[in-house]
Amino acid sequence: MSALLPLVIAVPLMGAGLSLLAIRSRAAQRAISVVCATATTAMSLSILIGVDRNGTEVAAIGDWPAEIAINLVADRFAALMLTISSTMLLAVLLYALGQRTDDERSRWYHPAYLVLIAGVSGAFLAGDLFNLFVWFEVLLIASYVLLTLEGNDGQIRAGTTYVVLNVIESFILVTGVALIFAATGTLNMAVLPERLAALPDGIRLGLNLLLLIAFGLKAAVFPLFSWLPDSYPAAPSPVSAVFAGLLTKVGVYAIIRTQTLLFPDTNRELLLVVAGLTMVIGVLGAIAQSDMKRILSFHIISQIGYMIMGVALGGVAAISATIFYMLHHIPVKTSLFLVEGIVERETGSSTLGRVSGLARRSGPLAALFLIPAFSLAGLPPFSGFLGKTAVVTEGLEQRSWWIVGAALAVSLMTLVSMLKIWGGAFWGAPDPMPSNGEHAGILRKHPLMSGVTTAVVTLTLLIAVFAGPLYRFCERAAIDVTDSSAYPTAVLP
Amino acid sequence: MSWEQALLIGVLAGSGTYLVMHRTLTRIILGLGVLGNAVNLLILASGDGPGVTPIIGQEGDFTDPVPQALVLTAIVIGFGVISFLLAMAYRAWTIDGNDEVEDDIADRRIARHEQSPDEGDAT
Repeated sequence: MSALLPLVIAVPLMGAGLSLLAIRSRAAQRAISVVCATATTAMSLSILIGVDRNGTEVAAIGDWPAEIAINLVADRFAALMLTISSTMLLAVLLYALGQRTDDERSRWYHPAYLVLIAGVSGAFLAGDLFNLFVWFEVLLIASYVLLTLEGNDGQIRAGTTYVVLNVIESFILVTGVALIFAATGTLNMAVLPERLAALPDGIRLGLNLLLLIAFGLKAAVFPLFSWLPDSYPAAPSPVSAVFAGLLTKVGVYAIIRTQTLLFPDTNRELLLVVAGLTMVIGVLGAIAQSDMKRILSFHIISQIGYMIMGVALGGVAAISATIFYMLHHIPVKTSLFLVEGIVERETGSSTLGRVSGLARRSGPLAALFLIPAFSLAGLPPFSGFLGKTAVVTEGLEQRSWWIVGAALAVSLMTLVSMLKIWGGAFWGAPDPMPSNGEHAGILRKHPLMSGVTTAVVTLTLLIAVFAGPLYRFCERAAIDVTDSSAYPTAVLP
Repeated sequence: MSWEQALLIGVLAGSGTYLVMHRTLTRIILGLGVLGNAVNLLILASGDGPGVTPIIGQEGDFTDPVPQALVLTAIVIGFGVISFLLAMAYRAWTIDGNDEVEDDIADRRIARHEQSPDEGDAT
């Protein structure tokens, strides 16, 4: 048993408590957040290295026997997601410190942010369905607070939809969990595969659909996505960067677990259709928008389609492609929102048409936007190209022609909508024309913000450079995930 | 699960869903509360029937303690979320004097676009 597994959850949670105690001192709150986030990142990295070397690690909380304990389980997939997400959470925290907006100055920002870190870590490590639900709730409640921190009209309006839909999602998830317990008498994800396999097909289908609806709403797949483009843009940029990069991906993570471990090979055709529609409708939404944040929010939806496509295709190759896609998508999406944050900070708006000519004012900022934008669209040699090639190759291999066609067309349309941002905000003459003194460069004016953004963009480039070893790691992770006996054997003695 | 339990859960879920369909936030919150109770009862019903307290040293046919532990967690989470929603409803009321859930930005733009197709795009 590894002591680090409970610690990645406990450290940020304790930090949140301390942060509430230090509510009068902003400096202390900042120090606590940075220390806790750094510690969580370091611990996740060491878990990742340990898991890759020694295989799946399990922590049976309270030292109960593994069948009845509430386990924390880190296999390669969970450890990888944990590492990339805690790294992004740390990066965005530093960015928010550099941005010095009103949200970060709010006394409740830091405690809520630390609870969010704990919730995300817990959701990746949970080895029990009910525990997964609880960590989902922890991260959701933290996200409610972060989304409505300013409490202005727009945030309350967007927050209402977001909270109400997520509460309903939780009810559906709990219903699914309760019925699974009624049918099998356990919620332990290591015992469940065997017991679920013994159930009649109709009951399995129903239980699987309940979980898929709940996680699908979280992941914003078609037709459950309408809340996302409405609520994410209302949040301040650093918060929407975390939401965009991570929260939907926790939903995708849960879908992958459900479809490989609990209900292998159920509902694959349904998922494939859903994946295709998610891609196409997401990108069509993006093309129709005229605000940077809303365009980027619709892109999240269409990108989720690619991940679901990998899950639907199934098998080691497709799952490893999906894992690699998630690994690439999280930093790319986060960095796009971080760049958007700098633009908004500098110009006061994210609406195309009110912002223009940024490339003339700051070349490096334009480069920071272009790299992740091309990567998201899937142009070589960036990481998105490798992720998309892997998913599409698997689609060709399995002769699902129409989904491959959709994936390629959506990729092209993603590029079109990115060019819309490029043409609107970066190209053309600066408006208003900057006076000579303002040529100092946008990036130099916000050193911490641009430093963090550059670091995240560099990370996406590194993912492309080290794609070979990373992809082999994703394959090992996918072998763990798709072999439905690997997880139970690792957890149960 | 007895038929009385099933009926109660059904009635609660039905009325909760009906309330959630409304536009005023207060009714939605009440609806979510009722819906939450339906789900909590469902968790409770997912265990076996009543029996002896499951404590070490007791003898006989035990009740299943797991659903009770689950439902306790679910109740606490529901309580927290509903409180947060009430605070939001109050905030919405102090901002504009009603607690109706407004249309989202895209909906409003489309509605405006239908009225006057030329100006609709300027948001």
